[in-house]
Amino acid sequence: MKHNNIEKNLGIMGFLIFIIISFGGMTEIIPLFFENDVQQPVTGLKPLGALQLAGRDIYIREGCHVCHTQMIRSLSSDVMRYGNHSIAGEFVYDHPFLWGSKRIGPDLARVGKKYSDDWHKAHFQNPRLLVPFSKMPKYKFLRECLVDESTIDKKMKALRIVGVPYTDDDIKFSKEIVKGKTEEEALISYLQQLGIILKNV
Amino acid sequence: MFIIKMFFYFFFRDNIMKYEEDVNTYNYDIVKKFVVMTIFWGFLGMFFGLVIALELIFPDVNCDIPWLAFGRLRPVHTNLVVFAFACSALMATSYYVVQKTSKIILQLNRLAYFTFWGWQVVILMILFTLPLGYTSAKEYAEPEWIISILLGIVFICYAIVYFYTIYKRKISHIYVSNWFYGAFILAVLLLHVVNNLVIPVSLFKSYSIYSGAVDAMVQWWYGHNAVGFLLTAGFLGMMYYFIPIQAQRPIYSYRLSIVHFWSLIGIYMWAGSHHLHYSALPDWVQSLGMVFSIILLAPSWGGMINGIMTLSGCWDKVKKDPILKFFVLSLTFYGGATFEGSLMAIKTVNSLSHNTDWTIAHVHSGALGWVSMMTIGSFYVLIPRIFNCKMYSISLINIHFWCSTIGTLIYIISMWISGINQGMMSKAIDEYGNIKFAFIDIVIASHPFYIIRFFGGMIFFIGMILMLFNVFLTFKYSKNNNL
Repeated sequence: MKHNNIEKNLGIMGFLIFIIISFGGMTEIIPLFFENDVQQPVTGLKPLGALQLAGRDIYIREGCHVCHTQMIRSLSSDVMRYGNHSIAGEFVYDHPFLWGSKRIGPDLARVGKKYSDDWHKAHFQNPRLLVPFSKMPKYKFLRECLVDESTIDKKMKALRIVGVPYTDDDIKFSKEIVKGKTEEEALISYLQQLGIILKNV
Repeated sequence: MFIIKMFFYFFFRDNIMKYEEDVNTYNYDIVKKFVVMTIFWGFLGMFFGLVIALELIFPDVNCDIPWLAFGRLRPVHTNLVVFAFACSALMATSYYVVQKTSKIILQLNRLAYFTFWGWQVVILMILFTLPLGYTSAKEYAEPEWIISILLGIVFICYAIVYFYTIYKRKISHIYVSNWFYGAFILAVLLLHVVNNLVIPVSLFKSYSIYSGAVDAMVQWWYGHNAVGFLLTAGFLGMMYYFIPIQAQRPIYSYRLSIVHFWSLIGIYMWAGSHHLHYSALPDWVQSLGMVFSIILLAPSWGGMINGIMTLSGCWDKVKKDPILKFFVLSLTFYGGATFEGSLMAIKTVNSLSHNTDWTIAHVHSGALGWVSMMTIGSFYVLIPRIFNCKMYSISLINIHFWCSTIGTLIYIISMWISGINQGMMSKAIDEYGNIKFAFIDIVIASHPFYIIRFFGGMIFFIGMILMLFNVFLTFKYSKNNNL
């Protein structure tokens, strides 16, 4: 077929464009649904508890992922600095993924239990008191805000639809767990479990 | 069924009645509207860029106000620049180009105006929801599901107006600009739909249906091709119309345009996984992304060569005309950024450059150098034609050109140095084999470059203010300034 014919026919042109742009995504995305490494959770991986899930949503709301990655690459410099490199099985319950793309702050993939809760509390009040010259904004207001308990069960139900294995009990008691907790507590609870399963492997 | 009929009646009616007899005039009104809004949104998007650049110098500048914090405003900057500025620029120019090259007025008049007002509503919703923390966390797709749906609807209407106008064209060939615009529209629709599949929880909260590594792959397939189609293919469409018009010369090679068009749109779609080198994504996907990213250099440079060679032989014109200077610099930055992109997609280079300011330098040599300069140049060609007047001041355009060039260079050179420095410092090992620098040492070392970057951005921004000023005065005096 001569190109002359394609550029005189809108239908053929549109159809060909659509076919050609579909290949890349199909080849790179669809096989991932059938890859064991990607789909199988690592041993011991549990879905986030209610408070941790609330904390994760605060992490997303504040855009923590804009400055902090959660992906220790398989490079010696990354591993020496942050710990064992991340593997796909650690993220199977992550909707959405929070790997990030820029380290304005350090990687947080294995920050769990690295610092105490008190350290985090002081750090959110004023990061520069603990880390001089830090670029992180203060997050004082997290201490004053309570976690929104009204949607936590809906969130867990939504996540269950996309494949996170929450039990009925998890959902039933979720409101009680987060009730009266501050956003700071929720966020710290989320941070403290990050990457601990494979920390000492 | 009834609703669909009403829909068609509402949008198609006046089109059939009003414009049948008057096919020789074009609808410039909608182009004017998009042009004005593009300049305004560009101004605002770059303003937010300056704000977040300042926040990286003085972290307390947000005064502990949550919705002014860096993490919430950075997506405002990127979304305004990508969707409000760049995409509006594409809509403005594509509505102009499609009429001119099809020799027919824009079809489906009401639907066309719906795309304009709908797009402004989408942008306003983005502008207000992102600082409130309603975000899906996926880069360049942050707006929550309800806004994504509206964005998708407006974009489908845009596609209908655009393709229907081509369908009704009065000349048999579809001009090369329209291939690129068409590919941009189809690809962005596909990417937007696939990447925004979510389970809603409430009006402004949802979770991606993909998990972990799959979600990462879908996101960067989207993210890279938002760059590849919105910020590249669309702007190549712009290039193929406005450079020949301003230079008064035909495109250098028709054959090259065919070859690089099909290879560009085919190969771009494979390259997204280079954003995930050495990550938990399976190795074969990373390697595939790397190979295609390197091949991508050829079609990218095909476009650049076709543009530059069109201007070659009329360098005397370039010397005198600041608008052509914008085009030359734009293509140069395009060539540079695409070469840099292929380089950074090589795993070894990526292990240094990823997660550092080098990426920021790369993005801005594309966004400031290529996208903005192409838009600015094209608008200086377009505005006199749609308002039927001369630009108020050519020397202001010249000053704008130098502001853009110097601003972009200061910005990207400071970020290059900062980025490579960050990469080197994070890899540095001391004499005992331990990590040499703590993370905070890297942050401290980056500080001076953040200050330089701010001034680079500021100079570019001053150029945009001059453009606003110039365009405003052009409108004001357009009546006594007719060609």
